[in-house]
Amino acid sequence: MTDAVLSARPVPAILPRRGGFFGNLSDILWRNPKLLLFLMLAPPVLWLGVVYLGSLFALLLQSFFSIDEFSGLINRDFTLKTYGELLLPSNMDIIIRTVAMAAIVTLASAVIAFPIAYYAARYARGKWKVLFYLGIMLPLWSSYLVKIYAWKLILAKEGILTWLLGKLHLNWLLDAWLSLPVVGGNSLSVSFTGTFIVFVYVWLPFMILPIQAALERVPANLVEASSDLGASPGQTFRNVLFPLALPGIVAGSIFTFSLTLGDYIIPQIIGTSRLFIGQAVYAHQGTAGNIPLAAAFTVVPIVVMGFYLWGAKRMGAFDAL
Amino acid sequence: MRSDRSQSAPLGLKIAAACGLLFLHLPLLLIFVYAFTTEEKSYQWPPPGFTTQWFAVTWSRPDVWQALSLSVQVAAISTAVALVLGTLCAAAVSQTRFFGRETISLLVILPIALPGIITGIALRSAFNLAEIPFSFWTIVLGHATFCVVVVYNNAVARFRRTSGSLIEASMDLGADGFQTFRHVILPNIGTALLAGGMLAFALSFDEVIVTTFTAGQQQTLPIWMLEELVRPRQRPVTNVVAMVVVLVTLLPILAAYYLTRDGDQIAGAGK
Repeated sequence: MTDAVLSARPVPAILPRRGGFFGNLSDILWRNPKLLLFLMLAPPVLWLGVVYLGSLFALLLQSFFSIDEFSGLINRDFTLKTYGELLLPSNMDIIIRTVAMAAIVTLASAVIAFPIAYYAARYARGKWKVLFYLGIMLPLWSSYLVKIYAWKLILAKEGILTWLLGKLHLNWLLDAWLSLPVVGGNSLSVSFTGTFIVFVYVWLPFMILPIQAALERVPANLVEASSDLGASPGQTFRNVLFPLALPGIVAGSIFTFSLTLGDYIIPQIIGTSRLFIGQAVYAHQGTAGNIPLAAAFTVVPIVVMGFYLWGAKRMGAFDAL
Repeated sequence: MRSDRSQSAPLGLKIAAACGLLFLHLPLLLIFVYAFTTEEKSYQWPPPGFTTQWFAVTWSRPDVWQALSLSVQVAAISTAVALVLGTLCAAAVSQTRFFGRETISLLVILPIALPGIITGIALRSAFNLAEIPFSFWTIVLGHATFCVVVVYNNAVARFRRTSGSLIEASMDLGADGFQTFRHVILPNIGTALLAGGMLAFALSFDEVIVTTFTAGQQQTLPIWMLEELVRPRQRPVTNVVAMVVVLVTLLPILAAYYLTRDGDQIAGAGK
Protein backbone atom coordinates (compact mmCIF):
# COMPACT_ATOMS: atom_id res chain seq x y z
CA MET A 1 0.00 0.00 0.00
CA THR A 2 2.74 2.40 0.90
CA ASP A 3 4.43 1.67 -2.40
CA ALA A 4 1.36 2.69 -4.30
CA VAL A 5 0.98 5.95 -2.42
CA LEU A 6 4.61 6.82 -2.75
CA SER A 7 4.79 6.10 -6.44
CA ALA A 8 1.59 7.98 -7.16
CA ARG A 9 2.95 11.27 -5.83
CA PRO A 10 6.67 11.60 -6.25
CA VAL A 11 8.07 14.06 -3.77
CA PRO A 12 11.53 15.54 -4.25
CA ALA A 13 13.88 14.37 -1.54
CA ILE A 14 15.18 17.87 -0.98
CA LEU A 15 12.68 20.68 -0.86
CA PRO A 16 13.41 23.74 -2.93
CA ARG A 17 14.93 26.59 -0.99
CA ARG A 18 12.43 29.11 0.09
CA GLY A 19 14.66 32.01 -0.75
CA GLY A 20 13.96 35.60 0.09
CA PHE A 21 15.41 37.51 3.03
CA PHE A 22 13.69 35.49 5.76
CA GLY A 23 14.45 32.19 4.08
CA ASN A 24 18.12 33.03 3.85
CA LEU A 25 18.23 34.34 7.38
CA SER A 26 16.59 31.17 8.63
CA ASP A 27 19.16 29.07 6.75
CA ILE A 28 22.05 31.05 8.19
CA LEU A 29 20.69 30.66 11.71
CA TRP A 30 20.17 26.94 11.21
CA ARG A 31 23.75 26.47 10.05
CA ASN A 32 25.15 28.57 12.91
CA PRO A 33 23.40 27.54 16.11
CA LYS A 34 25.91 29.63 18.04
CA LEU A 35 24.82 32.74 16.18
CA LEU A 36 21.20 31.94 16.95
CA LEU A 37 22.06 31.44 20.62
CA PHE A 38 23.95 34.72 20.65
CA LEU A 39 21.03 36.57 19.07
CA MET A 40 18.61 35.05 21.57
CA LEU A 41 20.75 35.80 24.59
CA ALA A 42 22.04 39.22 23.63
CA PRO A 43 18.92 41.30 24.40
CA PRO A 44 18.12 39.88 27.86
CA VAL A 45 21.75 39.71 28.91
CA LEU A 46 22.41 43.23 27.69
CA TRP A 47 19.36 44.54 29.52
CA LEU A 48 19.96 42.72 32.81
CA GLY A 49 23.73 42.80 32.63
CA VAL A 50 24.13 46.44 31.68
CA VAL A 51 21.10 48.12 33.19
CA TYR A 52 20.74 46.04 36.32
CA LEU A 53 24.17 44.69 37.21
CA GLY A 54 25.75 47.93 36.01
CA SER A 55 23.73 50.01 38.41
CA LEU A 56 24.26 47.50 41.19
CA PHE A 57 28.03 47.74 40.78
CA ALA A 58 27.85 51.52 40.55
CA LEU A 59 25.98 51.49 43.86
CA LEU A 60 28.50 49.19 45.53
CA LEU A 61 31.31 51.38 44.23
CA GLN A 62 29.73 54.43 45.83
CA SER A 63 29.69 52.73 49.21
CA PHE A 64 33.48 53.13 49.16
CA PHE A 65 33.17 56.89 48.71
CA SER A 66 32.58 59.17 51.63
CA ILE A 67 30.68 62.37 52.23
CA ASP A 68 32.33 65.60 53.26
CA GLU A 69 30.65 66.55 56.51
CA PHE A 70 30.95 70.30 55.98
CA SER A 71 30.13 70.79 52.33
CA GLY A 72 27.85 67.75 51.99
CA LEU A 73 29.63 66.89 48.73
CA ILE A 74 30.63 63.37 47.86
CA ASN A 75 34.33 62.73 48.07
CA ARG A 76 35.30 60.22 45.38
CA ASP A 77 38.32 58.67 47.04
CA PHE A 78 38.45 55.05 47.99
CA THR A 79 37.82 54.73 51.72
CA LEU A 80 36.28 52.38 54.25
CA LYS A 81 35.16 55.32 56.39
CA THR A 82 31.50 54.92 55.38
CA TYR A 83 31.53 51.29 56.45
CA GLY A 84 33.00 52.44 59.75
CA GLU A 85 29.96 54.67 60.22
CA LEU A 86 27.77 51.57 60.06
CA LEU A 87 29.37 50.49 63.33
CA LEU A 88 28.19 53.60 65.18
CA PRO A 89 25.78 52.58 67.95
CA SER A 90 22.82 54.32 66.34
CA ASN A 91 23.37 52.51 63.03
CA MET A 92 24.14 49.17 64.68
CA ASP A 93 20.81 49.53 66.49
CA ILE A 94 19.03 49.80 63.16
CA ILE A 95 20.79 46.73 61.77
CA ILE A 96 20.17 44.59 64.86
CA ARG A 97 16.54 45.71 65.06
CA THR A 98 15.94 44.79 61.41
CA VAL A 99 17.68 41.41 61.55
CA ALA A 100 15.86 40.52 64.80
CA MET A 101 12.53 41.50 63.28
CA ALA A 102 13.29 39.44 60.17
CA ALA A 103 14.16 36.42 62.31
CA ILE A 104 10.99 36.64 64.44
CA VAL A 105 8.80 37.24 61.40
CA THR A 106 10.35 34.19 59.71
CA LEU A 107 9.74 31.97 62.76
CA ALA A 108 6.14 33.11 63.16
CA SER A 109 5.41 32.68 59.44
CA ALA A 110 6.77 29.14 59.55
CA VAL A 111 4.56 28.26 62.53
CA ILE A 112 1.41 29.69 60.94
CA ALA A 113 2.22 28.38 57.46
CA PHE A 114 2.92 24.76 58.43
CA PRO A 115 -0.66 23.62 59.22
CA ILE A 116 -2.01 25.28 56.06
CA ALA A 117 0.70 23.74 53.90
CA TYR A 118 0.33 20.33 55.55
CA TYR A 119 -3.42 20.28 55.13
CA ALA A 120 -3.18 21.43 51.51
CA ALA A 121 -0.49 18.85 50.71
CA ARG A 122 -1.89 15.83 52.50
CA TYR A 123 -5.63 16.09 53.00
CA ALA A 124 -7.00 18.53 50.44
CA ARG A 125 -8.28 16.75 47.33
CA GLY A 126 -10.14 17.83 44.21
CA LYS A 127 -12.18 20.95 44.79
CA TRP A 128 -10.54 21.65 48.14
CA LYS A 129 -7.10 21.47 46.54
CA VAL A 130 -8.07 24.21 44.07
CA LEU A 131 -9.63 26.22 46.88
CA PHE A 132 -6.46 26.02 48.95
CA TYR A 133 -4.28 26.86 45.96
CA LEU A 134 -6.30 29.95 45.07
CA GLY A 135 -6.70 30.75 48.77
CA ILE A 136 -2.93 31.10 48.98
CA MET A 137 -2.37 32.66 45.55
CA LEU A 138 -4.96 35.43 45.84
CA PRO A 139 -3.49 37.02 48.98
CA LEU A 140 0.00 36.50 47.55
CA TRP A 141 -0.79 38.50 44.44
CA SER A 142 -3.17 41.05 45.94
CA SER A 143 -1.85 44.56 46.07
CA TYR A 144 0.86 45.00 48.66
CA LEU A 145 -0.32 48.47 49.63
CA VAL A 146 -3.93 47.40 49.91
CA LYS A 147 -2.87 44.66 52.32
CA ILE A 148 -1.04 47.20 54.46
CA TYR A 149 -4.02 49.53 54.22
CA ALA A 150 -6.33 46.76 55.45
CA TRP A 151 -4.17 46.39 58.55
CA LYS A 152 -4.14 50.12 59.10
CA LEU A 153 -7.93 49.85 59.25
CA ILE A 154 -7.80 46.85 61.60
CA LEU A 155 -5.16 48.14 63.98
CA ALA A 156 -6.44 51.71 64.24
CA LYS A 157 -7.52 52.78 67.71
CA GLU A 158 -11.13 53.14 66.58
CA GLY A 159 -10.85 50.03 64.38
CA ILE A 160 -12.29 46.54 64.37
CA LEU A 161 -9.73 44.91 66.66
CA THR A 162 -10.35 47.29 69.56
CA TRP A 163 -14.08 46.89 68.98
CA LEU A 164 -13.83 43.11 68.97
CA LEU A 165 -11.75 43.00 72.15
CA GLY A 166 -14.22 45.40 73.76
CA LYS A 167 -17.09 43.06 72.94
CA LEU A 168 -15.14 40.17 74.46
CA HIS A 169 -14.24 42.32 77.51
CA LEU A 170 -10.57 41.75 76.79
CA ASN A 171 -9.47 45.39 76.49
CA TRP A 172 -7.34 45.01 79.61
CA LEU A 173 -5.26 42.43 77.73
CA LEU A 174 -4.53 44.85 74.90
CA ASP A 175 -3.71 47.65 77.35
CA ALA A 176 -1.41 45.38 79.32
CA TRP A 177 0.37 44.32 76.11
CA LEU A 178 0.73 47.92 74.91
CA SER A 179 2.26 48.98 78.21
CA LEU A 180 5.13 46.51 77.76
CA PRO A 181 8.45 48.26 77.07
CA VAL A 182 9.65 47.19 73.56
CA VAL A 183 6.63 45.69 71.84
CA GLY A 184 4.10 48.19 73.18
CA GLY A 185 3.20 51.76 72.24
CA ASN A 186 0.32 54.19 72.11
CA SER A 187 -1.78 51.90 69.94
CA LEU A 188 -1.11 48.77 67.93
CA SER A 189 -0.67 50.73 64.73
CA VAL A 190 2.33 52.59 66.17
CA SER A 191 4.04 49.65 67.88
CA PHE A 192 6.51 46.96 66.89
CA THR A 193 3.74 44.44 67.49
CA GLY A 194 1.77 46.05 64.68
CA THR A 195 4.80 46.05 62.38
CA PHE A 196 5.38 42.39 63.21
CA ILE A 197 1.77 41.36 62.48
CA VAL A 198 1.75 43.13 59.13
CA PHE A 199 5.10 41.63 58.10
CA VAL A 200 3.84 38.13 58.93
CA TYR A 201 0.60 38.75 57.07
CA VAL A 202 2.20 40.11 53.93
CA TRP A 203 4.93 37.44 53.59
CA LEU A 204 2.97 34.41 54.83
CA PRO A 205 2.04 33.04 51.35
CA PHE A 206 5.75 33.04 50.40
CA MET A 207 6.31 30.63 53.28
CA ILE A 208 3.30 28.38 52.60
CA LEU A 209 4.13 27.56 48.96
CA PRO A 210 7.61 26.03 49.44
CA ILE A 211 6.57 24.13 52.60
CA GLN A 212 3.63 22.72 50.69
CA ALA A 213 5.91 21.74 47.80
CA ALA A 214 8.24 19.94 50.23
CA LEU A 215 5.39 18.16 52.06
CA GLU A 216 3.78 16.95 48.83
CA ARG A 217 6.85 14.86 48.25
CA VAL A 218 6.47 13.07 51.60
CA PRO A 219 4.64 9.76 50.98
CA ALA A 220 1.64 9.33 53.28
CA ASN A 221 2.64 5.80 54.22
CA LEU A 222 5.85 7.14 55.76
CA VAL A 223 3.76 8.88 58.40
CA GLU A 224 1.65 5.74 58.85
CA ALA A 225 4.73 3.57 59.18
CA SER A 226 5.95 5.85 61.90
CA SER A 227 2.73 5.53 63.90
CA ASP A 228 2.58 1.78 63.23
CA LEU A 229 5.99 1.54 64.83
CA GLY A 230 4.57 3.15 67.91
CA ALA A 231 5.46 6.81 67.57
CA SER A 232 3.07 9.35 69.03
CA PRO A 233 1.87 12.12 66.66
CA GLY A 234 4.34 14.46 68.32
CA GLN A 235 7.23 12.06 67.75
CA THR A 236 6.18 11.51 64.15
CA PHE A 237 6.18 15.24 63.61
CA ARG A 238 9.59 15.74 65.23
CA ASN A 239 11.36 12.77 63.68
CA VAL A 240 9.68 12.27 60.30
CA LEU A 241 7.63 15.22 59.05
CA PHE A 242 9.70 18.12 60.29
CA PRO A 243 13.07 16.94 58.95
CA LEU A 244 11.50 16.27 55.56
CA ALA A 245 9.74 19.65 55.51
CA LEU A 246 12.83 21.53 56.65
CA PRO A 247 14.21 22.29 53.16
CA GLY A 248 10.83 23.81 52.30
CA ILE A 249 10.82 25.88 55.48
CA VAL A 250 14.34 27.12 54.75
CA ALA A 251 13.34 27.96 51.17
CA GLY A 252 10.34 29.92 52.42
CA SER A 253 12.44 31.65 55.04
CA ILE A 254 14.70 32.98 52.27
CA PHE A 255 11.73 35.02 51.05
CA THR A 256 10.42 36.13 54.43
CA PHE A 257 13.89 37.01 55.67
CA SER A 258 15.03 38.87 52.58
CA LEU A 259 11.75 40.73 52.10
CA THR A 260 11.67 41.87 55.73
CA LEU A 261 15.28 43.02 55.58
CA GLY A 262 14.64 45.29 52.62
CA ASP A 263 11.18 46.61 53.33
CA TYR A 264 10.80 50.25 54.24
CA ILE A 265 7.10 50.86 53.63
CA ILE A 266 5.52 48.66 56.30
CA PRO A 267 7.51 50.06 59.25
CA GLN A 268 6.92 53.56 57.91
CA ILE A 269 3.14 53.18 57.84
CA ILE A 270 2.58 50.83 60.77
CA GLY A 271 5.27 51.13 63.38
CA THR A 272 7.27 53.35 65.68
CA SER A 273 9.58 56.19 64.68
CA ARG A 274 12.60 53.94 65.20
CA LEU A 275 14.10 53.08 61.83
CA PHE A 276 14.65 49.84 59.95
CA ILE A 277 17.44 49.30 57.37
CA GLY A 278 15.15 50.12 54.46
CA GLN A 279 14.01 53.37 56.04
CA ALA A 280 17.61 54.31 56.83
CA VAL A 281 18.58 53.73 53.18
CA TYR A 282 15.65 55.77 52.01
CA ALA A 283 16.37 58.63 54.39
CA HIS A 284 20.09 58.77 53.60
CA GLN A 285 19.69 58.76 49.83
CA GLY A 286 16.79 61.19 49.86
CA THR A 287 16.80 64.30 52.03
CA ALA A 288 20.27 63.73 53.49
CA GLY A 289 21.85 63.11 50.09
CA ASN A 290 24.34 60.76 51.72
CA ILE A 291 24.48 58.17 48.92
CA PRO A 292 27.67 56.49 50.23
CA LEU A 293 26.11 55.68 53.61
CA ALA A 294 22.87 54.57 51.95
CA ALA A 295 24.90 52.30 49.66
CA ALA A 296 26.82 50.90 52.61
CA PHE A 297 23.51 50.17 54.33
CA THR A 298 22.26 48.21 51.31
CA VAL A 299 25.37 46.04 51.52
CA VAL A 300 24.14 44.73 54.90
CA PRO A 301 21.11 42.84 53.53
CA ILE A 302 23.20 41.63 50.58
CA VAL A 303 25.84 40.18 52.91
CA VAL A 304 23.27 38.76 55.35
CA MET A 305 21.37 37.17 52.47
CA GLY A 306 24.61 35.89 50.95
CA PHE A 307 25.40 33.93 54.12
CA TYR A 308 21.79 32.87 54.42
CA LEU A 309 21.65 31.54 50.85
CA TRP A 310 24.96 29.76 51.32
CA GLY A 311 23.60 28.01 54.42
CA ALA A 312 20.29 27.28 52.71
CA LYS A 313 22.03 25.72 49.72
CA ARG A 314 23.93 23.40 52.04
CA MET A 315 20.62 22.29 53.54
CA GLY A 316 19.21 21.50 50.12
CA ALA A 317 16.62 24.27 50.23
CA PHE A 318 16.87 25.03 46.52
CA ASP A 319 15.44 21.65 45.58
CA ALA A 320 12.26 22.66 47.36
CA LEU A 321 11.74 25.86 45.39
CA MET B 1 -1.94 1.87 46.43
CA ARG B 2 -3.33 4.89 48.22
CA SER B 3 -3.60 4.04 51.85
CA ASP B 4 -5.00 7.32 53.07
CA ARG B 5 -8.27 7.27 51.16
CA SER B 6 -10.56 7.22 54.14
CA GLN B 7 -8.41 9.28 56.46
CA SER B 8 -9.51 12.69 57.53
CA ALA B 9 -7.35 15.33 59.14
CA PRO B 10 -7.03 15.65 62.92
CA LEU B 11 -9.32 18.33 64.32
CA GLY B 12 -6.44 20.47 65.55
CA LEU B 13 -4.88 20.58 62.10
CA LYS B 14 -8.22 21.49 60.51
CA ILE B 15 -8.72 24.36 62.94
CA ALA B 16 -5.15 25.63 62.51
CA ALA B 17 -5.40 25.52 58.70
CA ALA B 18 -8.80 27.21 58.72
CA CYS B 19 -7.60 29.95 61.07
CA GLY B 20 -4.55 30.50 58.85
CA LEU B 21 -6.70 30.90 55.75
CA LEU B 22 -9.08 33.23 57.59
CA PHE B 23 -6.09 35.30 58.72
CA LEU B 24 -5.10 35.60 55.04
CA HIS B 25 -8.53 36.58 53.77
CA LEU B 26 -10.47 38.52 56.40
CA PRO B 27 -8.35 41.69 56.11
CA LEU B 28 -9.02 41.83 52.38
CA LEU B 29 -12.76 41.36 52.90
CA LEU B 30 -12.72 44.24 55.37
CA ILE B 31 -11.65 46.54 52.52
CA PHE B 32 -14.98 45.83 50.81
CA VAL B 33 -16.96 46.92 53.85
CA TYR B 34 -14.99 50.12 54.30
CA ALA B 35 -15.61 51.17 50.70
CA PHE B 36 -19.26 51.74 51.63
CA THR B 37 -18.84 53.47 54.98
CA THR B 38 -20.28 56.93 55.60
CA GLU B 39 -17.45 57.80 58.00
CA GLU B 40 -15.00 60.32 56.55
CA LYS B 41 -12.59 61.31 59.27
CA SER B 42 -11.51 58.05 60.91
CA TYR B 43 -11.35 54.28 60.46
CA GLN B 44 -14.29 53.76 62.80
CA TRP B 45 -15.71 50.26 63.24
CA PRO B 46 -18.54 49.32 63.01
CA PRO B 47 -19.28 51.80 60.19
CA PRO B 48 -21.94 54.30 61.28
CA GLY B 49 -23.80 53.87 57.98
CA PHE B 50 -23.50 52.68 54.42
CA THR B 51 -23.50 54.68 51.21
CA THR B 52 -22.43 54.34 47.60
CA GLN B 53 -21.71 58.04 47.13
CA TRP B 54 -17.91 57.57 47.35
CA PHE B 55 -17.92 55.59 44.11
CA ALA B 56 -19.31 58.63 42.29
CA VAL B 57 -16.83 60.92 44.07
CA THR B 58 -13.92 58.67 43.13
CA TRP B 59 -15.15 58.39 39.55
CA SER B 60 -14.96 62.17 39.10
CA ARG B 61 -11.45 62.53 40.53
CA PRO B 62 -8.94 63.44 37.81
CA ASP B 63 -5.88 62.59 39.95
CA VAL B 64 -7.08 59.00 40.42
CA TRP B 65 -7.69 58.64 36.69
CA GLN B 66 -4.28 60.07 35.83
CA ALA B 67 -2.54 57.72 38.26
CA LEU B 68 -4.52 54.77 36.93
CA SER B 69 -3.75 55.58 33.32
CA LEU B 70 -0.02 56.00 34.03
CA SER B 71 0.02 52.67 35.88
CA VAL B 72 -1.70 50.88 33.00
CA GLN B 73 0.68 52.39 30.42
CA VAL B 74 3.77 51.53 32.44
CA ALA B 75 2.52 48.00 33.12
CA ALA B 76 1.63 47.43 29.45
CA ILE B 77 5.01 48.53 28.09
CA SER B 78 6.99 46.76 30.83
CA THR B 79 5.04 43.58 30.18
CA ALA B 80 5.74 43.82 26.45
CA VAL B 81 9.48 44.26 27.06
CA ALA B 82 9.47 41.46 29.65
CA LEU B 83 7.64 39.12 27.27
CA VAL B 84 10.28 39.55 24.57
CA LEU B 85 13.29 39.35 26.89
CA GLY B 86 11.87 36.58 29.08
CA THR B 87 10.91 34.36 26.15
CA LEU B 88 14.28 34.79 24.41
CA CYS B 89 16.09 33.96 27.60
CA ALA B 90 13.87 30.97 28.40
CA ALA B 91 14.30 29.60 24.86
CA ALA B 92 18.06 29.92 25.03
CA VAL B 93 18.34 28.36 28.49
CA SER B 94 15.97 25.46 27.93
CA GLN B 95 16.74 24.52 24.33
CA THR B 96 20.50 24.63 24.37
CA ARG B 97 23.39 23.78 26.61
CA PHE B 98 26.08 26.39 26.91
CA PHE B 99 28.69 27.60 29.30
CA GLY B 100 27.28 29.95 31.92
CA ARG B 101 23.70 28.72 31.69
CA GLU B 102 23.30 28.69 35.47
CA THR B 103 24.67 32.21 35.67
CA ILE B 104 22.06 33.42 33.21
CA SER B 105 19.18 31.99 35.23
CA LEU B 106 20.66 33.52 38.38
CA LEU B 107 20.95 36.87 36.59
CA VAL B 108 17.27 36.76 35.66
CA ILE B 109 16.14 35.90 39.20
CA LEU B 110 18.44 38.39 40.94
CA PRO B 111 16.25 41.52 40.55
CA ILE B 112 13.47 39.77 42.45
CA ALA B 113 15.65 37.86 44.90
CA LEU B 114 17.38 40.95 46.24
CA PRO B 115 15.17 43.30 48.26
CA GLY B 116 13.37 45.82 46.06
CA ILE B 117 15.00 48.73 47.81
CA ILE B 118 18.40 47.63 46.49
CA THR B 119 17.15 47.48 42.92
CA GLY B 120 15.50 50.84 43.42
CA ILE B 121 18.42 52.73 44.89
CA ALA B 122 20.87 51.11 42.46
CA LEU B 123 18.82 52.30 39.48
CA ARG B 124 18.28 55.73 41.01
CA SER B 125 21.95 56.34 41.67
CA ALA B 126 22.79 55.04 38.19
CA PHE B 127 20.31 57.48 36.62
CA ASN B 128 21.87 60.24 38.69
CA LEU B 129 25.39 59.30 37.63
CA ALA B 130 24.39 59.07 33.97
CA GLU B 131 22.36 62.29 34.35
CA ILE B 132 19.22 60.70 32.95
CA PRO B 133 16.18 62.75 34.02
CA PHE B 134 13.38 60.83 35.72
CA SER B 135 10.50 60.19 33.37
CA PHE B 136 7.95 57.68 32.24
CA TRP B 137 10.76 55.64 30.69
CA THR B 138 12.83 55.38 33.87
CA ILE B 139 9.80 53.79 35.57
CA VAL B 140 9.40 51.35 32.68
CA LEU B 141 13.10 50.49 32.82
CA GLY B 142 12.82 49.51 36.48
CA HIS B 143 9.59 47.56 36.08
CA ALA B 144 10.69 45.61 33.01
CA THR B 145 13.83 44.50 34.84
CA PHE B 146 11.94 42.62 37.53
CA CYS B 147 9.04 41.54 35.28
CA VAL B 148 11.37 39.45 33.08
CA VAL B 149 11.64 36.77 35.76
CA VAL B 150 7.89 36.07 35.86
CA VAL B 151 7.66 35.55 32.10
CA TYR B 152 10.91 33.58 32.17
CA ASN B 153 9.67 31.19 34.90
CA ASN B 154 6.44 30.45 33.06
CA ALA B 155 8.11 30.07 29.68
CA VAL B 156 10.93 27.83 30.97
CA ALA B 157 8.43 25.48 32.63
CA ARG B 158 6.49 25.19 29.37
CA PHE B 159 9.58 24.77 27.19
CA ARG B 160 10.63 21.85 29.39
CA ARG B 161 7.38 20.08 28.65
CA THR B 162 7.50 20.86 24.93
CA SER B 163 9.29 18.10 23.15
CA GLY B 164 12.26 19.13 21.04
CA SER B 165 11.34 16.52 18.44
CA LEU B 166 8.30 18.63 17.49
CA ILE B 167 10.65 21.35 16.32
CA GLU B 168 12.82 18.86 14.45
CA ALA B 169 9.74 17.34 12.82
CA SER B 170 8.64 20.77 11.66
CA MET B 171 12.08 21.43 10.17
CA ASP B 172 12.09 17.98 8.51
CA LEU B 173 8.77 18.76 6.91
CA GLY B 174 10.32 21.79 5.28
CA ALA B 175 9.40 24.69 7.52
CA ASP B 176 12.10 27.28 8.04
CA GLY B 177 12.96 28.69 11.46
CA PHE B 178 10.39 31.47 11.35
CA GLN B 179 7.59 29.17 10.19
CA THR B 180 8.49 26.72 12.94
CA PHE B 181 8.34 29.51 15.49
CA ARG B 182 5.03 30.81 14.18
CA HIS B 183 3.23 27.49 13.70
CA VAL B 184 4.85 25.10 16.18
CA ILE B 185 6.59 26.89 19.04
CA LEU B 186 4.21 29.78 19.54
CA PRO B 187 1.01 27.69 19.82
CA ASN B 188 2.80 25.47 22.34
CA ILE B 189 4.04 28.21 24.63
CA GLY B 190 1.20 30.66 23.95
CA THR B 191 -0.85 30.11 27.10
CA ALA B 192 2.27 30.08 29.28
CA LEU B 193 3.27 33.44 27.80
CA LEU B 194 -0.21 34.81 28.33
CA ALA B 195 -0.14 33.68 31.96
CA GLY B 196 3.35 35.05 32.48
CA GLY B 197 2.37 38.31 30.81
CA MET B 198 -0.66 38.71 33.04
CA LEU B 199 1.34 38.06 36.17
CA ALA B 200 4.01 40.50 34.97
CA PHE B 201 1.26 43.06 34.39
CA ALA B 202 -0.11 42.48 37.90
CA LEU B 203 3.38 42.73 39.37
CA SER B 204 4.15 45.99 37.59
CA PHE B 205 0.70 47.43 38.29
CA ASP B 206 1.22 46.87 42.01
CA GLU B 207 4.92 47.76 42.34
CA VAL B 208 5.74 50.58 44.70
CA ILE B 209 9.20 50.12 46.23
CA VAL B 210 11.26 50.38 43.05
CA THR B 211 8.86 52.96 41.63
CA THR B 212 9.41 55.42 44.47
CA PHE B 213 13.06 55.51 43.42
CA THR B 214 12.67 55.61 39.64
CA ALA B 215 9.71 57.99 39.31
CA GLY B 216 10.12 61.72 39.23
CA GLN B 217 6.99 63.76 39.73
CA GLN B 218 4.64 61.24 38.12
CA GLN B 219 2.25 59.30 40.28
CA THR B 220 1.42 55.71 39.50
CA LEU B 221 -1.59 54.31 41.32
CA PRO B 222 0.51 52.61 44.05
CA ILE B 223 2.41 55.87 44.61
CA TRP B 224 -0.91 57.67 44.92
CA MET B 225 -2.02 55.08 47.50
CA LEU B 226 1.25 55.36 49.37
CA GLU B 227 0.76 59.13 49.68
CA GLU B 228 -2.68 58.49 51.10
CA LEU B 229 -1.34 55.90 53.53
CA VAL B 230 1.39 58.19 54.84
CA ARG B 231 -0.78 61.32 54.95
CA PRO B 232 -4.46 60.33 54.84
CA ARG B 233 -6.42 63.13 53.24
CA GLN B 234 -9.38 61.54 51.50
CA ARG B 235 -10.05 58.31 53.34
CA PRO B 236 -13.32 57.43 51.56
CA VAL B 237 -11.71 57.80 48.11
CA THR B 238 -8.78 55.64 49.24
CA ASN B 239 -11.21 52.98 50.47
CA VAL B 240 -12.90 52.83 47.09
CA VAL B 241 -9.60 52.77 45.17
CA ALA B 242 -8.33 49.95 47.44
CA MET B 243 -11.41 47.90 46.74
CA VAL B 244 -11.16 48.41 42.99
CA VAL B 245 -7.48 47.45 43.06
CA VAL B 246 -8.30 44.19 44.86
CA LEU B 247 -10.93 43.35 42.25
CA VAL B 248 -8.70 44.31 39.32
CA THR B 249 -5.71 42.22 40.51
CA LEU B 250 -8.00 39.26 41.16
CA LEU B 251 -8.89 38.82 37.49
CA PRO B 252 -5.41 38.28 35.98
CA ILE B 253 -4.55 35.83 38.78
CA LEU B 254 -7.64 33.72 38.21
CA ALA B 255 -7.05 33.86 34.45
CA ALA B 256 -3.39 32.90 34.82
CA TYR B 257 -4.42 29.99 37.03
CA TYR B 258 -6.87 28.64 34.45
CA LEU B 259 -4.31 29.01 31.67
CA THR B 260 -1.60 27.02 33.42
CA ARG B 261 -3.54 24.62 35.64
CA ASP B 262 -2.84 21.62 33.42
CA GLY B 263 0.86 22.28 33.87
CA ASP B 264 2.98 21.15 36.76
CA GLN B 265 4.44 24.52 37.62
CA ILE B 266 3.08 27.01 40.05
CA ALA B 267 2.64 30.10 37.99
CA GLY B 268 3.27 32.66 40.69
CA ALA B 269 5.79 30.85 42.80
CA GLY B 270 8.60 32.97 41.47
CA LYS B 271 7.29 36.28 42.72
